[in-house]
Amino acid sequence: MQDGIVLTMRGIYKSFPGVRALQNVDFTLRKGEIHALMGENGAGKSTLIKVLTGVYEKDAGEIRVEGQDGPADIRSPQDAQNIGISTVYQEITLCPNLSVAENMFIGRDKGVGVRWKDMEKKAGDLLKSLGIPARPKQQLSSCSIAVQQMVAIARAVDADCKVLILDEPTSSLDDKEVEMLFGLMRDLKSRGVGIIFVTHFLEQVYAVSDRITVLRNGELVGEFEVQSLPQVELVSAMMGHALAELSDLDKQGSSDALSGEAFYEASGLSSAEARPFDFRIAKGEVNGFTGLLGSGRSESVRAIFAADHVTGGHVKVNGKPVNISKPVQAMKAGIGYLPEDRKRDGIIADLSVRENIILALQVMKGFFHPLSRKEEEAFADEYIKTLEIKTASQETPIKSLSGGNQQKVILARWLLTHPQYLILDEPTRGIDVGTKTEIQRLVLKLAEEGMSVTFISSEIEEMLRTCSRLIVMRDRKIVGELTGDQLNQDTVMKTIAGGEQA
Amino acid sequence: MTGKRRKGGVLSDLMIPLIAIGILILFNLIRDPGFFSISLSTNNSGNAVLTGNLISIIDSASELAIIAMGMTLVTAATGGQDISVGAVGAITGSVFVQVLKGSGDITAGTVVLGFLACCLVTVLFTSFNGVLVAFFRIQPMIATLILFSCGRSIAYWITGSATPQLESPIIKAMGMTIPGIPVPTPIFMVILVGLLLLLFFKTSNIRLYTESVGINQGASRLNGINPTLIKLLSFIVLGVCVAVAGVISTCRLGQVSHKTLLIDIEMDAILAVAIGGNSLGGGRFRLSGSILGAYIIQMLTTTLYAMSVAPANVKAYKAIVIILIVVAGSPVIKTALSSFWHRLKNNRAGAVSREVN
Amino acid sequence: MKRREPFTDSQLLMSIAIGIFVVMYGAAMIFMGGGFLKFQQFFDLLNDNAALIIVSCALSIVMIGGGINISVGGVIGLTVMSCALYLNGTGIESAFGSTAMALLLSLGIGLAFGVGQGFLISYLDIQPFIVTLAGMFLSRGLTTMLSINPVKVTHAAFLDVAKTKLQIPFLGYTAQNGNLIPAKLETGAIIALCVVILSALMLKYTRLGRHTYALGGNQQSSLMLGINVRRTRFLTYVISGLLSGLAGFAFLMHKPAGNSSVAARMEMDAIAASIIGGTLLTGGVGNVIGTFFGALILATIQKIIGLSPLNESWWQEMASGAMLALFILLQSVVLSNRGKKAENAGKMKLKKE
Repeated sequence: MQDGIVLTMRGIYKSFPGVRALQNVDFTLRKGEIHALMGENGAGKSTLIKVLTGVYEKDAGEIRVEGQDGPADIRSPQDAQNIGISTVYQEITLCPNLSVAENMFIGRDKGVGVRWKDMEKKAGDLLKSLGIPARPKQQLSSCSIAVQQMVAIARAVDADCKVLILDEPTSSLDDKEVEMLFGLMRDLKSRGVGIIFVTHFLEQVYAVSDRITVLRNGELVGEFEVQSLPQVELVSAMMGHALAELSDLDKQGSSDALSGEAFYEASGLSSAEARPFDFRIAKGEVNGFTGLLGSGRSESVRAIFAADHVTGGHVKVNGKPVNISKPVQAMKAGIGYLPEDRKRDGIIADLSVRENIILALQVMKGFFHPLSRKEEEAFADEYIKTLEIKTASQETPIKSLSGGNQQKVILARWLLTHPQYLILDEPTRGIDVGTKTEIQRLVLKLAEEGMSVTFISSEIEEMLRTCSRLIVMRDRKIVGELTGDQLNQDTVMKTIAGGEQA
Repeated sequence: MTGKRRKGGVLSDLMIPLIAIGILILFNLIRDPGFFSISLSTNNSGNAVLTGNLISIIDSASELAIIAMGMTLVTAATGGQDISVGAVGAITGSVFVQVLKGSGDITAGTVVLGFLACCLVTVLFTSFNGVLVAFFRIQPMIATLILFSCGRSIAYWITGSATPQLESPIIKAMGMTIPGIPVPTPIFMVILVGLLLLLFFKTSNIRLYTESVGINQGASRLNGINPTLIKLLSFIVLGVCVAVAGVISTCRLGQVSHKTLLIDIEMDAILAVAIGGNSLGGGRFRLSGSILGAYIIQMLTTTLYAMSVAPANVKAYKAIVIILIVVAGSPVIKTALSSFWHRLKNNRAGAVSREVN
Repeated sequence: MKRREPFTDSQLLMSIAIGIFVVMYGAAMIFMGGGFLKFQQFFDLLNDNAALIIVSCALSIVMIGGGINISVGGVIGLTVMSCALYLNGTGIESAFGSTAMALLLSLGIGLAFGVGQGFLISYLDIQPFIVTLAGMFLSRGLTTMLSINPVKVTHAAFLDVAKTKLQIPFLGYTAQNGNLIPAKLETGAIIALCVVILSALMLKYTRLGRHTYALGGNQQSSLMLGINVRRTRFLTYVISGLLSGLAGFAFLMHKPAGNSSVAARMEMDAIAASIIGGTLLTGGVGNVIGTFFGALILATIQKIIGLSPLNESWWQEMASGAMLALFILLQSVVLSNRGKKAENAGKMKLKKE
């Protein structure tokens, strides 16, 4: 192993049923560097991290860690920990009901007793030396999320770590907290720890990283020195270029709709998660919210559907003012919403494909107007056929379908309600290319039939192909609206990146 | 094709309770071939009635079966159980007796009035539990611990210290048999409640909503379902079930004793739900499983009585059978068994295809 | 460096319980006077409720770990009956020998139930409610199998031991005839106090104790933090089994007679005591000191009503039910307020941005 290198991954392959998650990916981490791992959803970042920490077993490839003779064999997070690879996850994996000191040492101590004095002193020293503003005796739940994150880092660092993986540690932190975290990261860097920093925030990457490795669609795009890669180039590296096979899509029909009669109009709409914004969509229009993850694009569409608690704003549907404060009201107004997090918000895991398909229609029909079994089966059959959902039968629990097919079931659920306006938040996330094109075609077909569609995707290509208007968000604000000639990769990326680096 | 699959689903869901009941029947037939024989005899009020172990099993399990149905719904929607049903049932009994006493002669009219009053009061009490669970998000077991510990005292407070007797042919007819009909009335009540629930299930979306709330509350909300109301509704349905069971039990005994009416039925009802193959963590449910569970528990009890086990000792044997059933249904054992089953099936399928070739 | 930490959830709920107990007992002293002014009254709360205090601790430990155990009352009943029969039939005459054997028998029964239930729950992943419900049926059934009729202990030496009380003169009072009557504490009460202290120490100062809190706080995180979740859960049930056996022994020392209805429904009282004392059924929060006061609150309600004109069991039950309702609502309000505060703090930050 070369000097100054703590970790190398060579030719890593990993696939799941139907999806090739990683193909021939290389990754190198040097001592005392902060190395950003970038890529949009489905790029393979988290798979790579999970292979490294032993959560997944790799199909092929080799991992070498400093201090180990030969390739490392990592089969569990515990193994990874033992050879000096520690991970701090986005969701905090500590116990909120225990004290800060305990959270740093529990599960690592030997013997029967707990020596609070020693533990608290050691914790106090470590917190102090890392400059973490927490008291050892404090209950963890009384710390801010940022401090909890730092406590998790302190725990990881104390376990003699060479490689520290920070998996989107900043997604729920404010600017000041992020700065605090960066201070800690720089401090650890100066102590020679190699840090893998996974994030979606471009500014943060430029603020703290030395190198950037970009993945796209499970493949390595490249490793770059941070100075040699302007922000716009990074965005284009992440988002990629047109795939030839998809370019035969024709969105001619929908671009005329822009100026047409509005189906939905909102002014000053805000929710518990989204800042006030104005929005309008015409009948038969396909528009999209774009921006990086965390830019507020999902929060905005959730506000339209009242998925989060709506806190203000005026909404007009078909020109008439309506009150939409609950999802059911949005549904009655003719709006459908396919959520971003399919597992958490979309599927009812144990229910059958049939039940998942008819759910929304059933709710709209009302509690005392159940569909007959025949109708249900007919509907389910129809959509299983039209959307080519691959399932053993209608009665198969949806949880046993692949991700793409689950997504199609949820899509079927909303199509069945015949909405006038359909919101699709990342409908193509984590599904194979073929299904992606199918969904894109479907969106355009629906628009031709007069349906309004709002489409969100992490892949700009996909958005450009389907949308006739793009609303660009950054830092939870709308920073631009692009139509017509502006709808090209360059302009979009510049608007997303903020222009200053162009 | 789809129809066939569905049937397979029912069978595999109810596999364990069906095997349990099969073993119980077989065991009894071997032990005493005449165990299940039914005869027509005359009871002391001169009516022809069917007697025999089978009738007595189905009859005595009535209250349990009815409450188990309601409990299934609460379990499915909330992922928890109501442990106050016995105590609330005692309140029902007291209200019933009090209304009948207060209105003088016991006529069909006053009985109906009493029953309606029971439904109202019982639903009020279970709704109290429901509000704690649905609005205050308190764990069902803790929320219902309140009425569990003081419900019987409320029942006592309603009737006072006396254990009032109800003497009337109508009461006898409701609790035992109607003259001219040889089958005990409570059996009809179970069928009636079952049919009413079936009607409710057919004419509404209660099953879909309840299962969906029990499995994924957040996603249900995003599909326009109101999880709070669905949870409350499950407690209201349970309330009606408890009201019917309380009235049956009171009529059967002809009196109300706040200390013993429907005693310990909450435990049996939860057991019935679990034995019936329903997850106590909520989600998908099968009412038929719970009803089957109720009859398994009663058949077990009756079998033990028939083997002249003292009533007080029955619990010990019951415990052992329960353990056997839940161990057989435990996730660990189930996975092991199903992989074994698959291997067996594959082997057989392989053998068949070879033969065909 | 010396600044005080704000209360943790456990401490906050416990303090509320202690506060209410003090207010309640104080009110009883002022308005009811009489017995409540004597120290013996307080000791009698301990003497009469030793078994409840011990099993409440057992329940709290299991609940902190995120489980439930409703077999404890049954195990007490079985223990008392077995010991009573054993003592009446044994050839061991000596006071020490008979007591030691009774203690061993109690612990053995408790251990057997703890290990069996713990295994089914932790290693076969069966729902704790159903397993311990079966445990309750089994223990109650075995009790009546041993004897359906009440069995009084007739072993003279053992009875002498059981009657022995710790006398504390300086806490006594002067009777009307001028004699000093010392305050008396029974063996069972002493055991109960020891159990409270030892389990408090166990929960605070041993790895097992801290792992129990971690397990109840977040099972997934506990796994990630390297805690052996199955073993920890198993051990909480073993301990609760052992303590139930010990509670049976304490019960026997207080009332040396077996009966099929001994400790009837005590599991529910113990759960109530734990909840009142600030243990959450969801796990991770709780404290046996709080539980101790929770049990005392239930006992005091009984005592007050017993001495009042409302001396009827149904009043006692109504009062305990009302008290339980009060605490459950209080907890839900306190904890949801805390949650909201944390949430608001988070929101403020977002706005500042």
